[in-house]
Amino acid sequence: MSSIHGFAVQAPGDNLLEVENLRVSFATEHGVAKVLDGVNLTIRPGEIMGLVGESGCGKTTLANAILGILANNARREAGSIRFAGEDLLTMPRWQAESEIRGRSITFIPQDPFGSFNPLFPIRTQTMEVMKWKSPRRAAREGRGIAGFFSRYPRARRSADAAAVLQMLRTVQISKPEEAFGKLPHEFSGGQRQRLMIALALLPQPELVIADEPTTALDATIQAQILKLLKRLAKERGVSVLFTTHDLGTAYEICDRITVLYAGQEVETAPVDDFFQRPHHPYTVRLLESLPHPGRELREIGGEIPALVHPPAGCRFHPRCFRATEECLSDRPAVTPLGGGHQVRCYHPITEASRL
Amino acid sequence: MKAALDILRKLLRDPAAAAGLAIVLLLVAVAVLAPLIATHPEAVWDMNPRQRLLPPSEAYFFGTDRMGADIYSRILFGARITLTIAITAVGAALLIGVPIGLVSGWRQSWLGEALMRISDIFLAVPQIVLAIAISQTLGPSIENVILALSVTYWPWFTRLIHAEVHSLRNETFIEAAIALGVPAWRIILLHVLPNVTSPIIVRTSIGMGFTILTASALGFLGLGAPPPAPEWGRMISESREFLPEAWWYALAPGLAIFLVVMGFNLLGDGLRDVLDPRIRRASTGR
Amino acid sequence: MRIVALILKRLAWLVPTLAGLVAIVFFISRVIPSDPAALLAGETASLAQIELLRQKLGLDRPLIVQLLDYYRQLLSGDLGTSLFTTRPVWDDLSARLPATIELTIAAMIVAVALGIPLGVLAALYRNRFVDHFLRVFTVAGLAVASFWLALLLQLFFAMDLRWFPLQARITGFPPPSLSGFYVVDALLEGNVGRLGNVLAHLTLPALTLALPALATVVRFTRAGMLETLQRSFVMYQRAMGIPVGLIVWKYVLRNSLISTVTQIGLLFGILLAGTVVIETVFQWPGIGGYAFEAILHSDYAAVMGFTIYAGVVFGIVNLIVDIGHAVLDPREAAT
Repeated sequence: MSSIHGFAVQAPGDNLLEVENLRVSFATEHGVAKVLDGVNLTIRPGEIMGLVGESGCGKTTLANAILGILANNARREAGSIRFAGEDLLTMPRWQAESEIRGRSITFIPQDPFGSFNPLFPIRTQTMEVMKWKSPRRAAREGRGIAGFFSRYPRARRSADAAAVLQMLRTVQISKPEEAFGKLPHEFSGGQRQRLMIALALLPQPELVIADEPTTALDATIQAQILKLLKRLAKERGVSVLFTTHDLGTAYEICDRITVLYAGQEVETAPVDDFFQRPHHPYTVRLLESLPHPGRELREIGGEIPALVHPPAGCRFHPRCFRATEECLSDRPAVTPLGGGHQVRCYHPITEASRL
Repeated sequence: MKAALDILRKLLRDPAAAAGLAIVLLLVAVAVLAPLIATHPEAVWDMNPRQRLLPPSEAYFFGTDRMGADIYSRILFGARITLTIAITAVGAALLIGVPIGLVSGWRQSWLGEALMRISDIFLAVPQIVLAIAISQTLGPSIENVILALSVTYWPWFTRLIHAEVHSLRNETFIEAAIALGVPAWRIILLHVLPNVTSPIIVRTSIGMGFTILTASALGFLGLGAPPPAPEWGRMISESREFLPEAWWYALAPGLAIFLVVMGFNLLGDGLRDVLDPRIRRASTGR
Repeated sequence: MRIVALILKRLAWLVPTLAGLVAIVFFISRVIPSDPAALLAGETASLAQIELLRQKLGLDRPLIVQLLDYYRQLLSGDLGTSLFTTRPVWDDLSARLPATIELTIAAMIVAVALGIPLGVLAALYRNRFVDHFLRVFTVAGLAVASFWLALLLQLFFAMDLRWFPLQARITGFPPPSLSGFYVVDALLEGNVGRLGNVLAHLTLPALTLALPALATVVRFTRAGMLETLQRSFVMYQRAMGIPVGLIVWKYVLRNSLISTVTQIGLLFGILLAGTVVIETVFQWPGIGGYAFEAILHSDYAAVMGFTIYAGVVFGIVNLIVDIGHAVLDPREAAT
């Protein structure tokens, strides 16, 4: 724990999270699904990185891999996930569970309705997190037997409780003391997501993984939650990995955006560059598919490939309007475009060919 | 037909379910072929005092009972009784319970509620208790056992169907059919019934197992077919006074019951997995 | 407050349900035998005597009147008189009830204390050896005829090995009766020897009775756990690094216990049904054994009385279970 939290200030420009060439497959009854095919991703300290892609592109798998909670039938075939210098994939499981998860890297789930245990009041569930993950927790506090029979020192408990109440106010839950005693079903979806944000920030993490946190919410609430998350993250200098399929949301909150298609990342760019100068054909099509007034809807023809027998080379080639023979061979290498903008394509859309 | 073959194929892939199916088929075969495979068919009903209480041997596979009859042959003929009771009782319960369940699940009116309350009455005591009350009054015979069992088992079908129909009623495709003016009986026949066949089949198989257990318990208590009918439960009851010396007397009929019920249970579980993996396995499967 | 409303509502439903049961029982005992008076008079009675009995018992009156009379009779606590013991059925049953309760509770404890952890293990180690073994065990456990198992256990452990006594509740004199439960009374008495005696007698019957209940508990604990483990809050707690042991045994188990508790009513039904044959085999002086003796002696009043008695007991247990469910699941109590 102390190795991460006592970590000396990283040199600016060092990446907080580096996913390099990550390959993950799942053994299913239909065959081996190659869900992540050599994914690269970097996140800098204090940055909000958006991970954009359609359902089934591997966003959740990537998030799970970083957190270390992949299913039993998952196989990490290659690659590394370096967090503050240490490879999470080779870290012993107990260390990942106690030091990384919920502490250095926290999580905001997609489903606020199911992610709280309906039988226990907010107090219990929140203080459970604080008991194990509070920044005030000392290294010498043991885990007992599988989590049972470990003590929660009274002084720390009251300090933690105060911190929780303070954070509840920060995320704009009114009357936090009352909220403590309530059950999850007594809160609205938006309120529950605020609670999730609070729980994600209380351990003072370096990275928050937010897995489509606004997808399940009403449109009117989405903007509030997004603004809140962005403000709090920036105030605390916390990085966020924000996955979404909705480009509009990504625009609101992200500093940089990475596009993921069928387990391959195809383009990474700072947000303005992304929207003004997209280079990958898929990105272009995605942006074109956003509704524009005065223009009819445009779709991207075809479907996401089945991952048991994915297309060779660049997995987008069957649906790509610029594909050639070359695209079926190997996956295109990274083409840096300057200013933090990268693309992986044999035929990127350059300024010259831009319509 | 093709669907049935498909189901059969999937079923056979599960070793437990395949074993269950094999046992059930074996039971049917034994019941049908009893006169042919019994070593002493004539001895089932006659008395043979010189041969009483003999241990298992080549001549008498499971030994002989207190009348000198060959236990093995009696068990084979007893399979007929067991199968008859199981099929008839569960069949009757099905024929009573399913229509009632359909009606009560479909109509939200007082009729539906009333029917459910009536079925609750039959569930107010465990099945065997009510079956005892009925059988005892009617007298020991196979027909009375069947009557008692079917009268006490139908509510399980009704509850099952009621729940299924109730939830189906709210499905959009049913609402569409109603909105289009399709008459209720048509909807039930063409849309609802096919959707409830799976749970019915599963419940039937498992119900056979439990019915056989209850029937043999009634036989044990003296309420089943009167002697000298080779009813398995009664055979076990007869054996009590000859323990511990004549251990084979108690062992064989009990093994038969165990095997047969096991078969139906495995088959039922296998069918449940194949027909609808969605069905919660939280129920005890009665 | 809401729990009180729940209790009242359930009690309100209990009454008509039992009334319906009584009606069924009544019609069976009066209508189906072609001549109840002849049945009651016995085989040696003459026609004149039967007719006299019929009038005396009021069997010549319209059925509905008879039924109403029967209700009146029941409401005054009179379940009829046993032909065999010549005592009121109610007195007979009440005297024997503690023995059955003791046996049932012992079996329930075994079933739950063993069944829940085994069910959790089966869910955690899904499709591994433990799980497969338990699945075979539960299927077998539900396929065994309990009277047969009782006999086999008697044969092996009591007659052959002589580790356990053959039957009855105790050898020798029972402890001074305070609760009617020999285990409790022996504990209160402080007599270790007697306590050991009582427990030894309790073992075989309780184990036999417990087996189908145990199998059932394992099955639905496993199912409930598997279902709960899929839910989002489990994934969330894992993602936040809460110790896995806590997640399973503190949080997930509590959720799946909800469905377990609702099934306890069903469990009790299995146990109650089992007492009839098991008490018979082990000569256990409870109400199940009473039912068997009543059958043996064609004591119709006793059998009918037993049926109604069972209905009341069963109904009350189900009510308690419903209350327990409401307590465990705060959402239910809130609605």
